[in-house]
Amino acid sequence: MIFPGPVKDKLIKYCFLGAASTSILIVLLIFGFLGKEAVPFLREPGLGKLLDSRWVPVSFVQERFGLLPLVTGSLVVTMLATLIAIPFGVCGAIYIAEIAGSWEREIFKPFIELLAGIPSVVIGFFGLIVLGPIVKEVFGLSSGLTALTGALLLALMSIPTIITISEDAIKSVPRSYKEASLAMGATRMQTIIKVIVPAALSGIIAAVMLGMGRVIGETMAVLMCTGNAPMVTLSPVEPVYTMTAVIASEMGEVAFGSEHYRALFWVGLVLLFATFIINYIAQKVLHTYQQR
Amino acid sequence: MKSRWSEKWIYWVFRITTYFIILTISWIIFDIVIKGLPVISWEFLFAAPREGGTKGGIFPAIVGTLCLVLGTILIALPLGMLSAVYLSEYAKPGRFTRAIRLAIVTLAGVPSIVFGLFGLGLFVIFFNFGTSILAGILTLACMILPTIIVSSEESLRAVPLGLREGSLALGATKWQTIYKNVLPYSVSGMLTGSILGVGRVAGETAPILLTVAAFFLPKLPGSIFDQVMVLPYHLYILATQHHEMDLVRPLQYGTALVLIALVLGINIFAIFLRSHFRKKYKW
Repeated sequence: MIFPGPVKDKLIKYCFLGAASTSILIVLLIFGFLGKEAVPFLREPGLGKLLDSRWVPVSFVQERFGLLPLVTGSLVVTMLATLIAIPFGVCGAIYIAEIAGSWEREIFKPFIELLAGIPSVVIGFFGLIVLGPIVKEVFGLSSGLTALTGALLLALMSIPTIITISEDAIKSVPRSYKEASLAMGATRMQTIIKVIVPAALSGIIAAVMLGMGRVIGETMAVLMCTGNAPMVTLSPVEPVYTMTAVIASEMGEVAFGSEHYRALFWVGLVLLFATFIINYIAQKVLHTYQQR
Repeated sequence: MKSRWSEKWIYWVFRITTYFIILTISWIIFDIVIKGLPVISWEFLFAAPREGGTKGGIFPAIVGTLCLVLGTILIALPLGMLSAVYLSEYAKPGRFTRAIRLAIVTLAGVPSIVFGLFGLGLFVIFFNFGTSILAGILTLACMILPTIIVSSEESLRAVPLGLREGSLALGATKWQTIYKNVLPYSVSGMLTGSILGVGRVAGETAPILLTVAAFFLPKLPGSIFDQVMVLPYHLYILATQHHEMDLVRPLQYGTALVLIALVLGINIFAIFLRSHFRKKYKW
């Protein structure tokens, strides 16, 4: 042995420490490099351009880089998807945690986790070919690629997250709560709705928020299914352009270092901060219930 | 009488919603399997695309995807496992440990397209790797690092404290204890948990879009600085950008099926391994 025992032990410890620090390094690099590519936009043509109300990145007259249509696009799709996903996710979690028989649980849990494994591009493909035409028929639209189509797919994609984490929260409600309620003469459903769900509420809220974090950052399904028209609208049956879709579809064609290029990095920064805040709050909520 | 009725009613609401979710998942899988299966043939799997992607197979895309997956494992797995060992065995509560944990949670929440932007800015442009396999692998490795760390740490923590204390009490150093008494029992769990995370890499499109993908390149990659075709991106192109979209519809379904089979195959393999190892070590 070249090194005496204690020295070797120290060296090995620092190896592990170094590896663990890479996570911090990567986070710093992400913020750093997004910032590095985005910041020159502030000098030329200035922050004001981002506050414009329209996104017209390629034009003979005047290019406009207003983030408003993209932000509202992402908001509409995310809110809609979350509203759809909450009842399904929460009911599913309650059913699997409290009501399902053992064979149902054995099959349903892995099956729903399987859904989380289906690549988003495949979900987007399904939406484009199968769901889009259905939405078009049902609402009598000229095109089936709308905010609603994207939201339905995203709701489906966030359901596994919501179910897995909510189920955990429901399972961690102390048994004594349930037994006390049943002993007082409450029925099974009364116990679930009035005792177990309120006790697990913070965990369920965290689950919904983490699902939302996944939805707002999702790219392929919205890129393929929401129509990609940069309009400021709150209607679910209009096409929208989300922040993720705009980066994915325009980054490939843009000239390196141009205003358009820098504007796209700004979109990335806004997206990064939005998900950071949502996830941070979700983690805080999750911690409060885990510490209880 | 009334309360019994509402009891039943609520029960069925829960039950029907859950079954509705299950049915929707089945619908997607069946749709793709039924329409994709007739396309799968020897030629489709093992030939290069011909005539602008309207004929031929997807072999280069399959190879490209496998390259990315293997490369990502090679980089992210050791890094993730070492980080997990530090967090579970060495880290003392304090500011630095909190910073690492915050970084991991933050990384796990970063949208995949933002990883794409980051990879473009750092690996493609700053390090000048160009649009290449290497840039893609590094980007994807950053993306799955948190998944690997979290699942590896879980499996390290599952090793009972007594095993460590026994070894330390006999005079072994910390490293000897970890090497002889902790790692042998947790390495299998670390691996399977990580493979589950890697399944995601095979299906991820957004980061690849900006760092690796070639639109149409009917040959195999020669080095890690080449562009490659990859399955998810190939499906995206066929479904949205192709000039004869309806003509290549069967090829779209075939590609989707191969992609799902690959991702789920990796996942099922990991789940199978996990249940195998769980039976081996019981405390």
